Amino acid sequence: MSTWLQHAPVLPIIIPFLAAALTFIVRDQHRGYKLGLGALSLLLQCAAAWTLLRLSDGSWAASWEGGVGVYALGQRAAPLGIVLVVDRLAAMMLLLTSVLAMASWCYATARWDRRGVRFYPLFQLLLMGLNGAFLTGDLFNLFVFFEVFLAASYGLLLHGLGRERVAASLHYIAVNLLSALLLLIAIAMAYGLTGTLNLADLALRAGQLDAADRRLFEVAMGILSVAFLIKAAAWPLNFWLIDAYAEAAPPVAAMFAMLTKVGIYALLRIGSLLLPSGAPAAFGGDWMFPVGMATLLFGSMGMLLAQQPQRLAGFATITSSGTLLSALGMPGVMLTGPALYYLISSVLALAAFYLLVEMLARTQAFGADVLALSEDVFDLADAANADGSDDVVGQPIPRAMVFLGLAFIACALLLVGLPPLSGFVAKLGLLSAALYAAGDTSNAWLLTAAVLVSGFLGLLAWSRMGILLFWGDGVQVPRLRWLEALPVAFLIGLCIWLTMAAGPVSTYLNAAAAGLDDPSVYIRAVLGTAAVAGE
Amino acid sequence: MEVVLAVAIGVLAGSGVWLVLRPRTFQFIMGLSLLSYAVNLFIFSMGRIRTAAAPVLQGAKPLDWSRYADPVPQALVLTAIVIGFATTALFLVVLLANRGLSGTDHVDAREPQ
Repeated sequence: MSTWLQHAPVLPIIIPFLAAALTFIVRDQHRGYKLGLGALSLLLQCAAAWTLLRLSDGSWAASWEGGVGVYALGQRAAPLGIVLVVDRLAAMMLLLTSVLAMASWCYATARWDRRGVRFYPLFQLLLMGLNGAFLTGDLFNLFVFFEVFLAASYGLLLHGLGRERVAASLHYIAVNLLSALLLLIAIAMAYGLTGTLNLADLALRAGQLDAADRRLFEVAMGILSVAFLIKAAAWPLNFWLIDAYAEAAPPVAAMFAMLTKVGIYALLRIGSLLLPSGAPAAFGGDWMFPVGMATLLFGSMGMLLAQQPQRLAGFATITSSGTLLSALGMPGVMLTGPALYYLISSVLALAAFYLLVEMLARTQAFGADVLALSEDVFDLADAANADGSDDVVGQPIPRAMVFLGLAFIACALLLVGLPPLSGFVAKLGLLSAALYAAGDTSNAWLLTAAVLVSGFLGLLAWSRMGILLFWGDGVQVPRLRWLEALPVAFLIGLCIWLTMAAGPVSTYLNAAAAGLDDPSVYIRAVLGTAAVAGE
Repeated sequence: MEVVLAVAIGVLAGSGVWLVLRPRTFQFIMGLSLLSYAVNLFIFSMGRIRTAAAPVLQGAKPLDWSRYADPVPQALVLTAIVIGFATTALFLVVLLANRGLSGTDHVDAREPQ
C-alpha cells in the first residue's frame, strides 16, 4: 500500500495520458469503449486527486511532513532531476480540475462528442497538461505542460468547426503561440542568470545574485509574468478571450473556465517561492493590484455591454480573474485563503453557466443555429442519431423551464456574489480579510469599492439577461436530456455544498495560504534540509 | 562572435515582430517562424557561447570543466524547436481552414471596409 501511495503524485499525469492513448486507438464505431475508458480515467483521476489532498492535509498517518510531497522521477534528486511537487494548493487544483472534467465530459457525451473527431483523446490530453502544470516543480516542465494543454485546447476549440469558430480559434492560437515565446525567453534568461530551472533552487539562488544580475532577473520575471497574465486574461492582455470562449463548444468552454486559473496558479506559485528573496515587482502588489483592478472594471463594464449569454459568461470570466488578481496583489497572506475559496466557487459557477448557455439558447426561436453550423461540416456516421436531429435519445426531463430558470438564478447569484450561495461567502471573506489585514490603506478601500461596484453592475447585467431570455418574445420550452441537466445540477450542488462546508474548506485553504507564505517548507522538501542549512 | 549572434537575434526578432503585426495570416506565420528562430538562438546563447567545446563529458577524470559547453540549454532548445514546429504546423492548418471557410486570408476572416 505504501508503495502505491509513494507513486500517487505521478498518477494524475499518467492516467489521462494512458486514457488518451487508448481512446485514440479505439475506432469511432466502438463508442461504448471510448465512453467506458473516459469515465474510468475521470474516476481514477478524481480518486488520485482526493488521495493527494488527504496526503497533503496531514489527516492520514502516511501524510507528508509539512504537507509537501515530492516525487523524484527516476529517483534522481532535485535540482538536477525532474521533480513533481504536491502541496495543499496543488492538490486542491487537481481535485477541482477532475470534478469539473467529470461534469463537462458528462455533458459532452449527450451530443457534443459526435460533432467532430478525436474529442476523447484531446479531452484527456487537456487534463494531462492541466494536472502536469499544477504538479511540476520546475520552470521548463511548466512550459512543456502549458504547451500540452494549450495544444489540446486548440483542438478542442476547433471541435465542431464552423466559420466563426475557426476565426476565433485563429486569434486564440496566435496569442497563445506568442505568449509561449515570451515564456521561453523568460525561462532562458532565468537559466542564464541562476544556472537552474528547479523552482525551489531558483528561489534560493535568486537571493544570491549581485545587483546587476538581480536587475536582469527582475526583467526575466517581468516577461514571465506577462506570459502568465496573458493566460490569466488580465487587462489589457485579454481581448482574445471573449470571442474564443463564446465560440467554443459548451463542454469545452466549461473546461476553459479552468484555463485562465492556471495562469493565476502559476503567478501565485512562483511569486510565493520568490517572496523571501524579495519578490520581483511583477508578482507583488506593484503590478498585480492595478492590473487586477483594471481587469475587474473592464470585465464589469463588458458584462453591461454583453447582449448574448455566452459573451456575458466571457466577461464574467474576466471579472473573476480581475477579482483574484487584485486580491492576490494585496500585501500579506490573509487574503490568499479567501481568494482561493473565491477561485473554487467562481470556476464551478462559470462552468455551470457555460453548460447552461447552450440549453438556454434552445429556448430561443433562433437558438438552433448554434448547432446548424457544425451539422453541415461534419457528417459523422452515428447510428443512434442517424437523422442528425437534436431530438432526445434518452428521456427528456420534465419541467425544463423551471430547471433552466432555477439554474440561471443560481449561476447569477454565485457569480454576482449575493446570498445565500458560496459566491456571497467568498466575496464577504475577501472583503473582510482585505479590511482586516490591510487596515485603512487606500488599496483595501479601493478593492472593496471595486468589488461592490462590479457586483452591482453584474446584478444589472444578469437581471437584464434573465428578462431577455425568459420573458422575451418567442420563448419555447426546450427538450433537455438528463445527461445535459445533471452536470449543471451537479456543479451548482457542489457550490451549495461549498456554502455549507465553508468552515472546513476555509480551514484547509488558509493552511494552503500559510504554506505559500512560508516557502522554506517547500524548498526544504524539494532540496533536502542540507541545501537550505548551507545558506 | 557575441556581436554577430546578438545582431542576428535582433534582426530575426525585429523582422518577426513586424511581420506578426501585419494583417495577413501568411505574414503572421512567417513572423512567428522568425520569432521562434530568434528565441531558439537566444536560449542557446544563454548557455554562454563557446567554440570547440563538447557538451558530452568524456575522457580521464578529473574533468576540466572549462573545456565543456553547458548541455542544458541545448536540451531545452531541442524541446522548444519540437514544440514550436508542432504548433506552427497546427497553426498552418487552422490558417488554411480559415482561408477555405471565409474566402479571405485576413486575420479577422473578413476584409476591412
